[in-house]
Amino acid sequence: MAKSPKGKCGAKPSRPATPATPATPANNAVDVEALRRRFAERRGPELWRSLDELAGTPEFEELLHREFPRHASEWVDTPKTPAELDASAVSRRAFLQLAGASLALAGMTGCTRQPLEKIVPYVRQPEQLIPGRPLFFATTLTLSGYGTGVLAESHEGRPTKIEGNPDHPASLGSTDIFAQAAVLDLYDPARSQQILHLGRVATSSAFLTEITALMAAKEARQGEGMRLLTGAVTSPTFAAQIEELAKRFPKARWHRWEAAGSHHQRAAARLAFGKPLDCRYDLSRADVIVTFDADLLASGPGAVVYARQFADRRRVRENSSDLATKMNRLYAVESTPTSTGTVADHRLRLPPAELEAFLAALAGGLGVAGLADGPGTPNPMARPTEAVDAIAEDLKAHAGSSLVVAGEFTSPAAQLLAHALNQALGNVGKTVFYSDPVEVDPVDHRQSLAELVRDMRAGQVDLLVMLGGVNPVFTAPADLEFAEALKKVALLVHHGLYEDETAAYCHWHLPAAHALESWGDARAFDGTASFCQPLIEPLYDGKTAHEVLALLLGHTASTGYELVRAAWAEKLGGDFEAAFRKALHDGVIAGTGPAPAAGAVAVPAAPPPIAGAALTQAAAEIAAAAAAAGVSLVAPHPRPAPRLALSFRPDPTIHDGSYAANVWLQELPKPLTKLTWDNAVLISPATFQRLRLEVNGKVEIEVAGRKLLAAVWVLPGQADDTLTLSLGYGRRRAGENGSGRGFNAYVLRTADALWLAPAASLRAKDDVYVFACTQNHHLLEWKTGIKEDILAGKEEQERNVVRTATVAEFGRDPEFAHARSEAPPRGLTLYPNREYKGHSWGMAIDLNVCTGCSACVVACQAENNVPVVGKEQVLKHREMHWIRIDRYFTGSIDEPQIHNQPVPCMQCENAPCEVVCPVGATSHSDEGLNDMTYNRCVGTRYCSNNCPYKVRRFNFLRYSDPSSPLIAMVQNPDVTVRMHGVMEKCTYCVQRIEHAKIDSKVTGQPIQERSLKTACQQACPTQAIVFGDLNAGKSGELAAQPPWEVAKWKASPLNYGLLEELNTRPRTTYLAKVTNPNPRLAAPASARTEERT
Amino acid sequence: MATLDLEGRQPVYVPPPVVLAPGHTPETVTRKISSIIIAKAPRWWYVAFGISFCFLMMFLTAVTWLFVRGVGIWGINIPAGWGFAIVNFVWWIGIGHAGTLISAILLLLRQDWRTSINRFAEAMTLCAVACAGLFPVLHLGRPWLAYWLIPYPNTMGLWPQFRSPLIWDVFAVSTYATVSLIFWYVGMVPDLGTMRDRAPGKVSRIVFGVLSLGWRGSTRHWHNYESAYLLLAGLATPLVLSVHTVVSFDFAIGIVPGWHSTIFPPYFVAGAIFDGFAMVLTLVLPLRAAFGLHDFITARHLHAMGKVMLATGLVVFYGYLIEIFFAWYSANHDEWFMMKNRMTGPYWFVWAALILCNGLIPQLLWSWKVRSSPLALFLISMSINIGMWLERFVIVIVSLTRDFLPSSWAPYRGTIWDWMTYLGTVGGVFLCLMFLFVRFLPMISMSEMRTLTPGSGSHGAQEAAS
Repeated sequence: MAKSPKGKCGAKPSRPATPATPATPANNAVDVEALRRRFAERRGPELWRSLDELAGTPEFEELLHREFPRHASEWVDTPKTPAELDASAVSRRAFLQLAGASLALAGMTGCTRQPLEKIVPYVRQPEQLIPGRPLFFATTLTLSGYGTGVLAESHEGRPTKIEGNPDHPASLGSTDIFAQAAVLDLYDPARSQQILHLGRVATSSAFLTEITALMAAKEARQGEGMRLLTGAVTSPTFAAQIEELAKRFPKARWHRWEAAGSHHQRAAARLAFGKPLDCRYDLSRADVIVTFDADLLASGPGAVVYARQFADRRRVRENSSDLATKMNRLYAVESTPTSTGTVADHRLRLPPAELEAFLAALAGGLGVAGLADGPGTPNPMARPTEAVDAIAEDLKAHAGSSLVVAGEFTSPAAQLLAHALNQALGNVGKTVFYSDPVEVDPVDHRQSLAELVRDMRAGQVDLLVMLGGVNPVFTAPADLEFAEALKKVALLVHHGLYEDETAAYCHWHLPAAHALESWGDARAFDGTASFCQPLIEPLYDGKTAHEVLALLLGHTASTGYELVRAAWAEKLGGDFEAAFRKALHDGVIAGTGPAPAAGAVAVPAAPPPIAGAALTQAAAEIAAAAAAAGVSLVAPHPRPAPRLALSFRPDPTIHDGSYAANVWLQELPKPLTKLTWDNAVLISPATFQRLRLEVNGKVEIEVAGRKLLAAVWVLPGQADDTLTLSLGYGRRRAGENGSGRGFNAYVLRTADALWLAPAASLRAKDDVYVFACTQNHHLLEWKTGIKEDILAGKEEQERNVVRTATVAEFGRDPEFAHARSEAPPRGLTLYPNREYKGHSWGMAIDLNVCTGCSACVVACQAENNVPVVGKEQVLKHREMHWIRIDRYFTGSIDEPQIHNQPVPCMQCENAPCEVVCPVGATSHSDEGLNDMTYNRCVGTRYCSNNCPYKVRRFNFLRYSDPSSPLIAMVQNPDVTVRMHGVMEKCTYCVQRIEHAKIDSKVTGQPIQERSLKTACQQACPTQAIVFGDLNAGKSGELAAQPPWEVAKWKASPLNYGLLEELNTRPRTTYLAKVTNPNPRLAAPASARTEERT
Repeated sequence: MATLDLEGRQPVYVPPPVVLAPGHTPETVTRKISSIIIAKAPRWWYVAFGISFCFLMMFLTAVTWLFVRGVGIWGINIPAGWGFAIVNFVWWIGIGHAGTLISAILLLLRQDWRTSINRFAEAMTLCAVACAGLFPVLHLGRPWLAYWLIPYPNTMGLWPQFRSPLIWDVFAVSTYATVSLIFWYVGMVPDLGTMRDRAPGKVSRIVFGVLSLGWRGSTRHWHNYESAYLLLAGLATPLVLSVHTVVSFDFAIGIVPGWHSTIFPPYFVAGAIFDGFAMVLTLVLPLRAAFGLHDFITARHLHAMGKVMLATGLVVFYGYLIEIFFAWYSANHDEWFMMKNRMTGPYWFVWAALILCNGLIPQLLWSWKVRSSPLALFLISMSINIGMWLERFVIVIVSLTRDFLPSSWAPYRGTIWDWMTYLGTVGGVFLCLMFLFVRFLPMISMSEMRTLTPGSGSHGAQEAAS
């Protein structure tokens, strides 16, 4: 019976490292027991002498040799004896079991082809990095040169989301849409990826060779013929580099062109004070605010902060007698509706020329020196209207705590009057602050660009380097004919994120590094400096503007990191390393703020009073413009032959066109128009009717001989005889997604009429354009486009969707928000009421402060991997935004009130969606959420039909399939990417809730309110959204904890549920809108209407 | 039977229309009906089948593209998450009802005139249910997971959600399809036996032989057959009411204005019978002419079906009026808006066409003359078929396009793929199956028709003989 040590099976040396008997202990034990028993049963004097002898028994040998002794016999394939045959034949059952199992296993693995992925674990784990937990880095993003401090969320080295930096004065923890969308730009496959020479791929060494040789030659000629062109720059590092450049190349010149920059503001400051000054506001101290064509709360470098300050004065929670004085009051006088106008207590609609005349009348009425006195004062508002009187009175009553803002889009003369008004009212130093410009070397951009063009034409430029994505071929004023002038330059170098219109004209194109790949710095609107730090290695080997500038200076080996450190080496002083690290960590460089300190922006004492002559001059200009436009408020309306004024604005979502390739911003419905993927010529209903145009009809606009084919969009609230066209559309080279959309306003924009072309003509073409609008689609009936808006507004009021009252009405009826609602009692339900013992999540949205800026929409898109669907799908009403901002026009179509209402999922307690899902893919959680189980969804869409809020979104097609692996990188790994055929919706950012719960479990501490915010809440500049636990401090297991803010909001008498009469019991509720109108102007009405009566 | 002249003159005897033309014996009935199968198919059959086969190919193209791209190729959107697919589903299910009603309920009520159309109507039911059954699967976002709606033990430990009307649909429709199939097949067994005995070719003999389940026509066979058939009729009867009731719950359970209504179950059932009879007429009239079946499908049948359509049509029309009344009477703003929107909104023409097709045109059926004219009946039943499709369009889609929040309103429009899928089931799936049926299976029950011949002793036979 001696067996070879290999045995028959089990000990096949294929797995030599395996111990002989790794079987389960149970099996093993039983077998040894059996052996023992067998020995015990043997009678007689049998003795064993050694373990060897014992081991010699066949049983023991078998035990040793077999891995699974009990079952191994099943695998004997060549039995030798009948007994063995009997014992070891594969039993039929076992064979079938095993065959079946292996078949099933083989089949299962064959079902889906698993992608081949090489996983390389960290050989040395980076410090602080825990896989699955994001890290946040403070950095700075810029818009038009001005910085906003942000915190970038990084998942294993991959930035996926931008949050505001609470410590940064331009952010206060919130952001605008551009910052939210920045991560998408980073991964955009349409970004330029290679150095191009004459349109062909070239090497960086080729560029280096050429430029080094050229710069050496230039140095010999002191840089003659060398020019730089950038946008507005606030970066101190850049300033230092320019200084060095000026020393090395004294004859080189630096030009600036920021298409949507503050051109008029700077000109007005020069007019008023003789030197450029920046003007900042403190809205928290302003009781009465009057804006003239200023989108103070939604555009411009300080908008996020202004919005916060404004909102902080309007958070009505309960009724009190002094509410009217505690709340601020906003009069928005504007020619085109803005986000600021939607939250104004009085929105006055005036064409630009009349608007400035109105401002002049206000200045006159308030006795601004040099205007009111003297019989020869050319005041067009000789007979002030009721509105002027009322506002003047209100301003006078709040001298020192009021604020007059004339926006960038008004003429410098008008802004000068606004400065004078603020001075006259004693607001300077209280609500208005002046400081030296934040911009480095603040020149007049128009002049600077015009000089460059002049020199290029004259052949005096032989090297032009365009840095930082400046795109003058597209954005330069049309009358400069920039592209023509470019042709005379011997060598053109373009540096930018995209191979754009300008790059096409240049000899060299250098890909730029994205802000999230760059070292750099920037100043905020108030002068506070902060660093940019890279979150990721440049994806396409792009260079920052600093690095390109260093190349020009011959510092070929300098990295961005070294350049930034070198620039700050002296300024930070003291322990540089510590200060540098602290500034990087905090996202703010200490001591650079507006306070008078080293390196800070100088704040002059109150500027000198504006000279009377300047005022008279300004008033004369305004009067002349008004007369040219046919405005005479003295004479009764209508005017004999109204002229159309065409005003230009930065686009609300793609700004000056530089975000044209960003599909999040392209598909973001524009506040007010709710258009996506296009701009349009906005026109008032009355003018639309007067000109007998067609809804969405194509028109040809002509300004001073320049023509543009565009299409009109009727916007209630637009001033009559005023067209508005936003900049940035009509791009030709903005990648696949950005090119060929909308109408290029730059074609009509000239250097002397940057924001307003006072005389435009319009000719209807016999054709219509297809606009993709997300609200009140009028696809079926082209003719009734406006009727849809009217009907929607009427029904909105009938259905009590947005509930509003004035302060006085609120005082009379504190329960007005519930007066017309019929919320059923809690017992009225077929199914038992749920108990929420632990967390109970809820949200409240304050309609009083929502400006409709849409930062929440983009934030949600970034956080929740919400796909973009494209214009054709938006036309079919299939956009995917989990939170949308409903906009309603109520009142008259000419002078409507405009309401914004953000609508995420209501997370109903009696959710109509849940009962109708046949597969239970949407179900209620113990914490009050309507959970979506994407894996379980079969796509019946019944839930969406039954959702009265229509917040569910369906993947009709393959929206989430990334066209490029790069796009996949932007996705948040904490959120499932939904496949086609699956329903999705807002989850209250359940992934954040779960993270917070896990943290709380680990630390044993209750969830902190500040550490759990939804994406929309976190981004909101006005903090109109609050989210949290409704049970904390109230009931259940969390009764002992402090109550969350949301519970306080929900306790307000203003709190109401949307469509609560349906007994859905929404968890997202709204705080009704309370406005603070001037009692003298009973209803919000325009001066114009009153003028007519 | 006699009618009284209204002007009080001499009573005039009007002979009642008969259910079987005189002069038929069991042999002539059998020969006539079986000859359709035995004889070579007429040329028009090939042409007609060829055309419907093209429609079938069109349908398959549309479905293939649907599976490749997803339901986004259709016109559905948010808010109108349901479009043509559900309209078609409800329409087809409704059409199916007439078959069951004719076979089961009229059998129980001993309406002998049903005999010559019941087989045909049942086959129509089956084909219609086949078409109907396709749509709920096709309209899913992920149709390959349709089986998740069926309760089956699975490793996920998950059951469907029984509160959802869509689950009730699964049971209702599958039960309906099963019972209809068995009922139809059992009723056909004696005829299959006849066909086996008469079939000229070997292959057809074998096929009919297998299908006839060993039918020999013994008394015991007849006895068992009759009791089974009656029992199945009893089983099928409640289904006539239940299936469309359950289908109507898909809407009535929802909270959408225009859906959330207690009137839906009876209103849907009446509509289904209305529509089903219209479809039977639409199909029977051309076939009667084509195969020369005037002896079996007589004026009596046309009158009877016309009367049923008129009666159910009135119920449906009453439903429309009551819907309007309740929308106003409820004082619910959303309901009343929905009704105004239906009548005057962007889809007013659909509603107007619906009232015309379903409400006004069927009133012509009051006229004896109209009921006697096959052409008029054909046109009226076509109008009802269209009208009922429009009714479902109004209920399903128009209600959805403007529901609660005005911000989310959006129009709906079917795409080319919607139309291809719909017309593909009408002209392709449905007609192909019907053409195969009339070609290869006895479309009139020979065994039951024989009972109508003189001397067979049945009620109908006596009437026919009189």
